[in-house]
Amino acid sequence: MTRAGLLRAVTFFGALAILPLGIGPVWVVNLLIFTLMYSALATSWNLVGGYAGYPSLGHAAFFGIGAYSVAIIFHHSVGNGYSPFFLLPIIGICAGVLSIPIGWIAMRTRADVFAIVTITLLFIAQTLAFNLRTVTGGAQGKSVAIPPFGVEHFAWPFYYAMLTLLLVAMGISYYFRRSKIGLSLAAVKADEDKAHGVGVRVTMVKIVAFGFSVGIAAMVGGVWAYYSGFIYPQFAVDPLITIGMVLMTFLGGRGTLWGPIIGAFILVPAQQTFAYQFGGSQFYLLAYAAIFLLIMLVLPQGVLPTIMERLRAKSRMQQLASLATNDQEVAR
Amino acid sequence: MHSLIQAIILGALTGGVYALMASGQTLIFGIMKVINLAQGAFVIFASYLSFSLLQLTGLDPFLSILITTPIMFVIGAGAQWFLLRPLRQDDMVELSLLVTFAMALGLEGLMAIIYKTTYRSIQPGYENHSWTIAGYQVNEVRFYAFLLSLVMLGVLYVLLQKTKFGRSVRATVQNPMSAQLLGVNSKLVSAFGFGLGVATAAAAGAVFGLIVPFNPGSHYDLISRLLTVVVLGGLGSIGGSVIGALIMGVASAIVSALASPIWSDFTFFIVLLLVLLLRPRGLFGARVRGSL
Repeated sequence: MTRAGLLRAVTFFGALAILPLGIGPVWVVNLLIFTLMYSALATSWNLVGGYAGYPSLGHAAFFGIGAYSVAIIFHHSVGNGYSPFFLLPIIGICAGVLSIPIGWIAMRTRADVFAIVTITLLFIAQTLAFNLRTVTGGAQGKSVAIPPFGVEHFAWPFYYAMLTLLLVAMGISYYFRRSKIGLSLAAVKADEDKAHGVGVRVTMVKIVAFGFSVGIAAMVGGVWAYYSGFIYPQFAVDPLITIGMVLMTFLGGRGTLWGPIIGAFILVPAQQTFAYQFGGSQFYLLAYAAIFLLIMLVLPQGVLPTIMERLRAKSRMQQLASLATNDQEVAR
Repeated sequence: MHSLIQAIILGALTGGVYALMASGQTLIFGIMKVINLAQGAFVIFASYLSFSLLQLTGLDPFLSILITTPIMFVIGAGAQWFLLRPLRQDDMVELSLLVTFAMALGLEGLMAIIYKTTYRSIQPGYENHSWTIAGYQVNEVRFYAFLLSLVMLGVLYVLLQKTKFGRSVRATVQNPMSAQLLGVNSKLVSAFGFGLGVATAAAAGAVFGLIVPFNPGSHYDLISRLLTVVVLGGLGSIGGSVIGALIMGVASAIVSALASPIWSDFTFFIVLLLVLLLRPRGLFGARVRGSL
């Protein structure tokens, strides 16, 4: 890790770690929790959608699986309040294992078929959440026991849980970039057939990326359900969650380390303000779609790569300019 | 046994409606290699158009197709021209998926604002009539819908096989570059082809609104079924999608009659996974690009 990169990471996570200590209003902490949640989700989506170029539209299904796992297991009691958090790794691993056969089948062919399978999975998961009433409570929803946290700092454990998950997601994302996995994924993205031809273990690496990715999504879903206290099928398995993480990754810059987080930190506050101002999820949908189309058409590379490109171009121009002045002086 | 045969009749008739929707979907894929995730939303939108026409002017839903088809064509061609054409070519597949998904969400939002989220159905007064043939119920509307699907598929066939436009479409499907060199305006063909695919949603929408209650969110249900049908039939093969639609219609009707309607949705997903596992290119999918 470069020193600048390490410094950036330490500053970012350090600042986030001490942030709630200085913040009074509950709504700010609430907003931060959702920002961190989407940062983690977008970072996890980026592992498959960004690095490998396989756009998954079904991450919300795994988010929902995590959410329902917590709601079902901790429906009656949560003990001292921390046991759901300790169960998260197991939920993540289970979701990852569950994704192996689906990923294996879906990624045998092409990116578009993968999108078909994952989007179908999303709606199947939602239908099941609605219809398996004995397990999920159906449309009436399912409650999670209320933890015995103090009123004053009620949201803190959830905040730090989300922060930890973001840290894990970023850790994995960083590790991917530095290791053979990341190289293989980049090869898959560039040209899968050629990558296969030169001996990259294409299938293996795609499944690994997908497994880690949905595992994180499931854990985030678990914390979300616990924090919400009550979950409904249409919100736990919501296409908007999928589109949210995709949108943020694209906005920030897919395939980059910090892009998804930048996207989340721009969009989540905007989204919350928007919801507060206008309410009504219909306008929401329309605005989401409009922003999405705008980004796709105007800024398909995302904010981060565009800025980097500009900076690089600028410094190149400066170099050229200084070279030119040097030449002129020499000539004189 | 009686209920099984009844289910098969019902399923085959429903399958005809799916065939109509899926043929548009597969046409779009064939021409542009774009999987249109908004096809379901277009169908629901067309259902609302027919619904409104019936409410406001009393126009029969089957006749309203004559009005809604050109509207849907223009919407489709416009969407292709303004939203899909400008995308960068190198990651067209990925971006177009996301763009059509965004189109679906946008349409859903729009419909929810105009029509709210209550379930509607198109009720011209004869929607529950049915014939009894040898003890089996044959729903009139479904039967007409089935016939209509056949007619529309026939029109589509003639359009693609016998006209100049059809020839340029097929040429573009087989090799866009050569088609362009031979004087086919492939950009225009893409827009027209997309418009044509979306236009099939007009008839499908009117029929769908007659047989099933719908709301703006119904397109989710529809799109996962449509995609399964198209993958089963083989991406890009219209004939395949018709057969895929009939198979899926019957299969889900049987599951829903013998087990429960809950699992009929699940049938689609299982079939999708099985097809991808055993025969990823579908029943009639071509090995090479192209083939309509």
